[in-house]
Amino acid sequence: MKSACKSLGRRINIMEVCGTHTVSIFRSGIRTTLPDGLKLLSGPGCPVCVTDQGYIDTVLQLADRSDCLIATYGDMIRVPGREGSLETKQTGGNVKLVLSSEDALELARSNPDREVVFVAVGFETTAPATAVAVVEAAAEGIENFSVLSSHKLVVPAMRALLSEKNDNIDAFLCPGHVSVIIGYSAFLEIVEDFGRPCVVAGFEPAQIIEGLGEICRQLEAGKAELKSIYKAVVTERGNTTAQEVIAECFEPADGYWRGLGKIPKSTLKLKEKYSRFDALERFGISESPAEELMGCRCGEVLCGLIEPPQCRLFGKACTPREPVGPCMVSSEGACSAWFKYGAERVSKR
Amino acid sequence: MCLALPARIVELKGDNAVVDAMGNRWKAKTTLLPDARLGELVLVHAGFAISFVDEQEAKETWELIAQINEFNETPNKVSG
Repeated sequence: MKSACKSLGRRINIMEVCGTHTVSIFRSGIRTTLPDGLKLLSGPGCPVCVTDQGYIDTVLQLADRSDCLIATYGDMIRVPGREGSLETKQTGGNVKLVLSSEDALELARSNPDREVVFVAVGFETTAPATAVAVVEAAAEGIENFSVLSSHKLVVPAMRALLSEKNDNIDAFLCPGHVSVIIGYSAFLEIVEDFGRPCVVAGFEPAQIIEGLGEICRQLEAGKAELKSIYKAVVTERGNTTAQEVIAECFEPADGYWRGLGKIPKSTLKLKEKYSRFDALERFGISESPAEELMGCRCGEVLCGLIEPPQCRLFGKACTPREPVGPCMVSSEGACSAWFKYGAERVSKR
Repeated sequence: MCLALPARIVELKGDNAVVDAMGNRWKAKTTLLPDARLGELVLVHAGFAISFVDEQEAKETWELIAQINEFNETPNKVSG
């Protein structure tokens, strides 16, 4: 890595797309071992963090309805909306924590008098789970189940990032478990269209370091290649059963990402034949992006344009205990990682 | 949300499984991994098995997750 920094004669910026990579990198102290010329940028790889404010407020609106039962994964529960969060609404009994889409479906079966709305957030890793639940609901004729989909696609976001927001990214450390589903070949278009090295690595520190090393080797040689070193679980084509069920239920649609704005064909929307399970249709809601919360710079953090400590609210008005933005709430958020582990690094810069 | 957990299938009926890892057992579906069999190690995410995983990788991931859990439970303090 040192050799690459020296021979290129400028700083190297590598974006770690996945939030779990950010946490693992911090936790293992990798940041302190990197040469000064190598900078790791956090990317938009935290699905909770990139969920726009409009979606969050829609969820909270539905949570206020007495006929609704909101089923959500744990990491969404503390994200602040305009007024409160799902956590504050939990006391009303309308919000249930689930570990899987199947749990949400079970809630619908056992609460026939309530409308169960599944808060379907996550990248391609999680989308198949939602799709399976929708297919099952359709097959069983479960009428009181719907999905508020905010499933997002990683590769379109990487493209939008490079084209519009931050072209100061030299290479990508690509997400491991998304790749299990989509296959590492999905990142080929980033390599071919943008000339950036893409390396898929697992979360174990030795893997991450090996991945960064491979990227630096490529940069030094002036190459841009696709490589996966996460051989244990990632294949070239990915999990085709999962891809098929996603394609059965969903189609790509334009969507809003915190920090990146509107990205074409970057989110998953339920297809026409399953539209009765789309909560937006069922409840007659039209989604539009709400304004970002005052002073919150999550958007810039997600694009790798600033580091969390550069946000005025960081560590003061915005802490894990009292978060303003989702990057501080989510266990995979860059701000949360920096808060817990970053102080040393801040003083070194 | 990216994170998937390796676990061993200890019960399997159709696509309904019970998996075991890190001292816990819980339900998971093998709908997305139709070739999964009893006794195999699989990667589980949001209640679904999404791929097979070998012993070595499973062990390393369990160790890593134990560390990350510790990280998340660390009291909020701005220090190294």
